[in-house]
Amino acid sequence: MGLFGSFLTKFSRSRATPEDIDEFRKVLIESDIGTEFTEEIIKLVEREKSESLSESVSTHIRASLSNQARLITKTEGRLTTILVVGVNGTGKTTTVAKLANLLKGEGSKVMLAAADTFRAAAVEQLSTWGERIEIPVVVGKVNGDPASVAFDAATRAKNEGFDYLIIDTAGRLHTKNNLMEELSKVRRVVEKVTPIDEVLFVLDGTTGQNGITQAKSFADVVSITGIVVTKLDGSTKGGIALATERALKVPIKLVGTGEGVSDLSSFVPEPYIADLLTQP
Amino acid sequence: MFESLSERFSSAFTTLRGKGRISESDLDAICEEIRVALLDGDVALAVVNGFISRIRERSIAALPEIRKSTNQWQEIHSIVNAELVEILGGPARRIRFAKNPPTVIMLAGLQGSGKTTLAGKLALFLKEQGNTPLLVAADLQRPNAVTQLTLLGESVGVKVHAPEPGNGTGDPVAVAKSGIEFAKSNFYNTVIVDTAGRLGVDEELMNQARDIKSAINPNETLFVVDAMIGQDAIRTAQAFEDGVGFDAVVLTKLDGDAKGGAALSIAESTKKAILFASSGEKLTDFDYFYPDRMASRILGLGDITTLAEQAKKAIDEGSAKRMEEKFIAGEDFTLEDFLEQLQAMRKMGSMSKLLEMLPGANSAAMRKQIDAVDDDELVRTQAIVQSMTPGERRDPKILNGSRRLRIAKGSGRTVTEVNKLVERFSAAQKMMKQMRNGGGFPGMPGAFPGGAPFGGAMRPVQRKKKAKKKRR
Repeated sequence: MGLFGSFLTKFSRSRATPEDIDEFRKVLIESDIGTEFTEEIIKLVEREKSESLSESVSTHIRASLSNQARLITKTEGRLTTILVVGVNGTGKTTTVAKLANLLKGEGSKVMLAAADTFRAAAVEQLSTWGERIEIPVVVGKVNGDPASVAFDAATRAKNEGFDYLIIDTAGRLHTKNNLMEELSKVRRVVEKVTPIDEVLFVLDGTTGQNGITQAKSFADVVSITGIVVTKLDGSTKGGIALATERALKVPIKLVGTGEGVSDLSSFVPEPYIADLLTQP
Repeated sequence: MFESLSERFSSAFTTLRGKGRISESDLDAICEEIRVALLDGDVALAVVNGFISRIRERSIAALPEIRKSTNQWQEIHSIVNAELVEILGGPARRIRFAKNPPTVIMLAGLQGSGKTTLAGKLALFLKEQGNTPLLVAADLQRPNAVTQLTLLGESVGVKVHAPEPGNGTGDPVAVAKSGIEFAKSNFYNTVIVDTAGRLGVDEELMNQARDIKSAINPNETLFVVDAMIGQDAIRTAQAFEDGVGFDAVVLTKLDGDAKGGAALSIAESTKKAILFASSGEKLTDFDYFYPDRMASRILGLGDITTLAEQAKKAIDEGSAKRMEEKFIAGEDFTLEDFLEQLQAMRKMGSMSKLLEMLPGANSAAMRKQIDAVDDDELVRTQAIVQSMTPGERRDPKILNGSRRLRIAKGSGRTVTEVNKLVERFSAAQKMMKQMRNGGGFPGMPGAFPGGAPFGGAMRPVQRKKKAKKKRR
């Protein structure tokens, strides 16, 4: 990871020239943080005339982020229900498995619901994961109603005294109104049994500016409470996650960093920002 | 805060449109607008910079000519469009089939880019064109990727070669090789090899893809990429080009509202053609990639060509020809024609999806309209028209109060609804007359649904098609 890397060393020297600022602009834009966010930071930094440009940039990015708790909610004394949503191919099912494994490792009793009844073999994918990490998975019929799978799972998890229920949903593009409506139905139906405590929006770290639009659409339909950034083990900087957090005021909670079941960690802003500013 | 690429372009050009005589500083201003628009549309920075400097150069060189034109902004618009089409790869490319079958197509790409789904779509596409495709399940990494491909194969009626169950065991190179052998001995003429998704920096998986490639020597190696990818597009594409090497690109998830930044970045940085565009949940939502259509989409001109093709599928030749003749002869468009078109439109699928292909579909106002579209409205409209007598359909002017009441009762709608329909219809009729007289495509009237009949929308298309022929 090389915290702050070569790029930052270069800018640790005092007083920034316009070329230095331009270089920073380039790094920020290439991290997918977006033009608007970039210009906002550059403006603040220019006004400040700080000794260390890099420190100043990091500080301003940090300040634009949320101060909300970044831990996964845990409700004492009753079932905690987590709904996992996102567009196609962001890594929802893998994230669900990783999160289940994480919570199980902390000593909680976890159940999974395979409510992705649409994609071919998605249910099998989660079931295979369930076997590997030894966690029960509630499944429904292929092309069945996802809300009914979620309902069954919620009922079972509640009656059998589980600590957590994690519901995997089908990937859907945020532009498909009917599929988004289906998602809000899943939420409504589950809430007849037990409250939903956490709605995690899974964001592919390689996504561009469209990530914000995606998050907004999901927030409108199921009011998301946290962001999970995935696929950060590539050359990707994942600036879009920061831009999304800033735009929606919803905290990034988890970061997926690899293909192993344990490659999921809590989000810590400082190293993430430092990494963002490190040139490839 | 986030505006789509085409929306930004539109607003940039609107500012320019108000200008009398374009100066160099106007050009700078519009270049800056375009720059931000492209960056917000996820075109990679390096590509944007090159693009902008070429646009600037070309525009300045053409400035004396542009100033003579009565429509200066249109001239600049054309320059931008031409440059976009050039980057996106000029005329559409097709699959290169092997001289001696089977033609081997290998899919490679990042995780979650949509390779397996695409394999199913491509198989169906090839099958519909009279080929005999075979799917090979060589993604032995992702849990149940093999099952997914097997199920997809079943639903499109294509044989899947899956000797290994996957889930982390088995040798993908051996599977790919035996797939080709199987195709040869069973006379399949095309083979689609699905491989495991990988991350740009993952050496091990990259090596595996390279091994598969050298073992089966594909005719086409396709790099599958999510249309929503950001600035990393160039690096990822480069990593695949260096690590595996590919011949063409497939863009997936184009039905979202990310409008093609990745297409520009990848086409420009790798100089590889984009071969296919995949959009939608259905296995038939798949087609060759058309650079000129993509350019129009980016510029906010809509995707009229695709729309017209969909229309062609639904409207039978005879009735289209009749409509065309009527139009040219200057005959009035009647409710009877309208009914025929309504029925054809229902065959074409959801109204909102069709509207998204229209020019300006990305503007906020238009978005609202599209979201508000109720597909049942078509059914209701049809009921009203069907409750009219043939005479009334031919000449709506005879529709007096009592006739309208009868129609309302007959169709189970209210008189107000009947009135509205008649009103909208005469507006549409007027619009068609204007088009016939003035040519061109007028601004979209706000009279959806049922406002702009497709007889109108098809006019500019035919011109476009002729233009395309000339280019070839």
